[in-house]
Amino acid sequence: MLSYIARRLAIAIPTLILVSIFVFVLQKLLPGDPALVLAGEERDPQVLEFIRQKYHLTEPILYQYFYWVEAMLRGDLGVSLRTNQPVLELIADKLPVTIQLAIMAMIIAFMIGIPTGILSAAKKGTPVDYIANIVALSGLSIPNFWLGIMLIMLVSVNLGWLPASGYESPFIDPVRSFQTMIMPAFVLGTALAATLMRHTRSAMLGVLKADYVRTARAKGLRELVVIIKHAFRNALLPIVTLSALLFGELLAGAVLTEQIFTIPGFGKLIVDAVFTRDYAVVQGVVLCTAAGFILMNLIADILYFLLNPRMRSAL
Amino acid sequence: MSVTTDHAVADEEAIRSESRAWKKLKANKSALVGFVIVAFFIIIAVAAPLLPIADPAATSWSAIRKAPSAAHWLGTDEIGRDILSRMIWGAQASLMAGVVSVFIAVLIGVPFGLLSGYFGGWIDQGISRATDALLATPFLILAIALAAFLGPSLTNAMLAIGLSAMPIFVRLTRGQVLSVKTEDYVEGARAIGLTDLAIMTRYVLPNVFAPVLVQATLTVATAIIAEASLSFLGLGQQPPDPSWGSMLNVAKNFMTQAPWMAWWPGAAIFLVVLGFNLLGDGLRDALDPREG
Amino acid sequence: MRKQLLAALLLGASSVLTPALAADLRIGLQEDPDVLDPDQSRTFVGRIVYASLCDKLVDITPDLQIIPQLATDWSWSDDGLTLTMNLRQDASFHDGTPFNAEAVKANIDRSQNLPESRRKSEVKSIAGVEVTGPYQVKFTLKAPDATLLAQFADRSGMMLSPAATAAEGADFGAKPVCSGPFKFVERVAQDRIVLEKFADYWNKDAIHFDKVTFLPIPDTTVRLANLRSGDLDMLERLAATDVASVKSDSKLQYAEAVSLGYQGITVNLNNGERGDNPFGNDPKIRQAFSLSLDRDAINQVVFEGVFAPGNQPFPPTSPWYDKDYPVPARDVEKAKALLKEAGYDSLDVEVQVANNPVQTQLMQVVQAMAAEAGFNVKLKSMEFASLLADQSAGNYQGSQVGWSGRVDPDGNIHQFMTCKGGINDSKYCNPEVDKLLDEARQSTDNAVRKAKYDAARDILIKDLPIIYLYHQTWIWALSDKMEGFIAYPDGMIRLENVKFK
Repeated sequence: MLSYIARRLAIAIPTLILVSIFVFVLQKLLPGDPALVLAGEERDPQVLEFIRQKYHLTEPILYQYFYWVEAMLRGDLGVSLRTNQPVLELIADKLPVTIQLAIMAMIIAFMIGIPTGILSAAKKGTPVDYIANIVALSGLSIPNFWLGIMLIMLVSVNLGWLPASGYESPFIDPVRSFQTMIMPAFVLGTALAATLMRHTRSAMLGVLKADYVRTARAKGLRELVVIIKHAFRNALLPIVTLSALLFGELLAGAVLTEQIFTIPGFGKLIVDAVFTRDYAVVQGVVLCTAAGFILMNLIADILYFLLNPRMRSAL
Repeated sequence: MSVTTDHAVADEEAIRSESRAWKKLKANKSALVGFVIVAFFIIIAVAAPLLPIADPAATSWSAIRKAPSAAHWLGTDEIGRDILSRMIWGAQASLMAGVVSVFIAVLIGVPFGLLSGYFGGWIDQGISRATDALLATPFLILAIALAAFLGPSLTNAMLAIGLSAMPIFVRLTRGQVLSVKTEDYVEGARAIGLTDLAIMTRYVLPNVFAPVLVQATLTVATAIIAEASLSFLGLGQQPPDPSWGSMLNVAKNFMTQAPWMAWWPGAAIFLVVLGFNLLGDGLRDALDPREG
Repeated sequence: MRKQLLAALLLGASSVLTPALAADLRIGLQEDPDVLDPDQSRTFVGRIVYASLCDKLVDITPDLQIIPQLATDWSWSDDGLTLTMNLRQDASFHDGTPFNAEAVKANIDRSQNLPESRRKSEVKSIAGVEVTGPYQVKFTLKAPDATLLAQFADRSGMMLSPAATAAEGADFGAKPVCSGPFKFVERVAQDRIVLEKFADYWNKDAIHFDKVTFLPIPDTTVRLANLRSGDLDMLERLAATDVASVKSDSKLQYAEAVSLGYQGITVNLNNGERGDNPFGNDPKIRQAFSLSLDRDAINQVVFEGVFAPGNQPFPPTSPWYDKDYPVPARDVEKAKALLKEAGYDSLDVEVQVANNPVQTQLMQVVQAMAAEAGFNVKLKSMEFASLLADQSAGNYQGSQVGWSGRVDPDGNIHQFMTCKGGINDSKYCNPEVDKLLDEARQSTDNAVRKAKYDAARDILIKDLPIIYLYHQTWIWALSDKMEGFIAYPDGMIRLENVKFK
């Protein structure tokens, strides 16, 4: 197992290099000149020239990439062109926020998605199934901004229960941190719940038809025991893989939800950086989210092996 | 056995399983509901030019953000256009964005996933690393870069959405192939000397079908909503042509003043998503090889 | 699970409702400012923070008169080549460094010579700064420059601690040290900027807050929701469509001021090949386009009548507005006739527009109006960085953009309309206009300047390199517990004499 993990971690390096090249090239293909955006309204030619020089904007793209790699190997991810803040510092600021939001959203998604998925598979074709489907799918198709604004209007403005938006670190004020995060996590979680629910249902349906479940039933075990102990455990496989993927996506940030609730996470940072052509920030943050994503994939694969006895021998 | 008879047998088999699937699909009530919903929106979208509705681009300064009424059944939008008419014309753009982009994603993603999972080795390594890299790249960067290449239009939006949705299908297919590959019947097929292509299409692909279909029907929904963010970036439907996504996007700014602007496109997206998912369920059951 | 959630909600409710400290002000901003270094920054929203953080040599009144701030009085030499300023003697920087003539000299030097400086063009007329006394400086100019005082009322006139700039160099923005009423505490990007009262501020009696927190909240609906729920005390740039609901809310106050800037359609006349088309070549066609628009209706439809329709770089309320050319009424027949005269019954025009919903709505209204006069307007909705690049490279036919506006009229017109103007993206060039605008720059007599600008307007109103549409109105919404806030046309939030009731 350990050698497998080591091998996988070694594989992560070429992937990260690939991502960094990919993002670098994509960025350079973006129309728009960062110098023009950064020079300000007056677009002073001297300033334009200075910015182009300082950030090597006129040099061939290959050179630019090597400047970046060279600095990165020294542990320097550069500074934001927009705010002059070091990219590393920005990432250190945003990463905990993004992780907190992702975890809370995942918990909510699990709490909604998995029970409804199991229920709907167990009661397939009954009104319970339809209702569970409709509830889960509304989570997916209700736009995040709509749900977000409605929640703010209801919970914050009318009822005054929670702050309307903003962020507080859980290490400074855990209660307020929970209060500011619960609504955005709910909005994100409901959308993910639908995906989880649909896949849980699908996997459960497949498993419920399997011989060992029939056997368990024939043995006269209680239906609940059959479903949870025999069926669900075996249906976990695709759900675990999917969850890791979804979590990995959450790490890249949820732009719209972050924007509505003014959560200073990765999503907003990346979008603003793309729009202002803040290359260093885009590059650094994407590298970071990519690493997180790959890590989640690795975890998914390890769980996959642990949960699938047939695969364990193939290791 | 000659080549021709081989084909004939395969065709016959296909036809038989097809008609069996169709019968099963028809017997499934929820799938039928899904089919009716999807068909309804497709018919409306196609028939838009024939319907007796207002010009979707006709503005009226005296009817800015009016609530639903006899004159405008679904109300009017921020520059006095008839929302009913825009909903109907917008169905074209949104259904296309949803279906075509998922089609692109499946068409590219599934074969790569098959190759990657089936052959393993360096093919798997190459495809998996590229997939990881793509998955780890933010959708927005991909989308804006594509806009730069191809110029803004609905077609290019579909391409961008399709490409960014593709990796998940690669992963899903690969995972499924990995678990099927060790099954006895696949080993058996290999033992009797079937070609890789034959094994893949006959034994592996059918097992991949169910999770891909479920994912595809879900991705239709995200694709329709993604079209909204792309039209916001200037990559999707160009104004004044409507799409549900761009209508929702505008409605965001009038949530308190004109809530109906968000209701209709929101409800339509919900219904279409529900329809596709119910239909997907039915298809899944009907085509599931494990069911007798 | 529901029970737990409910419990958590109820548990939390009590702590949310505890009121914030009495003198703790929270302001909602539309965007996150860029780098907090007045010499390097370029955003409007950054200037709002500076208004509390950094004092300037001079300030403006709501009707744009220049008044003392760090400079107490000043005088021009007769030839307009020397400006002598006397400085406040009781001011100091947040780090204790005294404010004096040496500090002014160091600041102008930094604006001119820091490689990263975005202020170079604003202070380029200054040939030298001479310290003529501990609290007196003399600016020597290369040529008479009537705009200089207005520049000193903005970022070029903001005084930074010379000790801090010497130590930090280009990284000054990470911990800015100025001499304004509040000093910098911390900044969390995209989340908050926190300032606290500067105990040694020369005008500290007029400051009634202990702490000011600026919170960037980009979504206008959510910004207003925060004000309503009590999480904010005031916000800037309320959406025009929310004005009615704020005015009818007894718990909120409302303030507005027509901005100094404008919004319009810049037409490509000679900027590369794409300028060579009927819309760019024939002024009659542009006049027809302008006449096909009902600017009042645009303002009503898109901005609820809150903004100011316009047809010049200065709003109709400005003393510099040329009253000979009032905002034209819509005349579709005349527009058609002009188009016909130019040889067309209908004409295709492509206009690029930034992809935000409001500008897109605006241009769809323009599109519908111009269509009635025979213009087939194709909209190209673009993300702003791409739009800017295309516009400056001349890869456009028409471009819907605006200008945030300057205190001095020169800032709204010279760089756009002179042959070598730095941001003349239409590449309009008329020696007559150049001459008039250059002369207007050199006189310190406002009547002389106004006459020059009016003479230039006689030409520009026909040539129309920019088809002006409207002037934004800055709108603030405040909690009813606030008092003393005064709306300024530069959109800044000045906290002198503002307090909680």
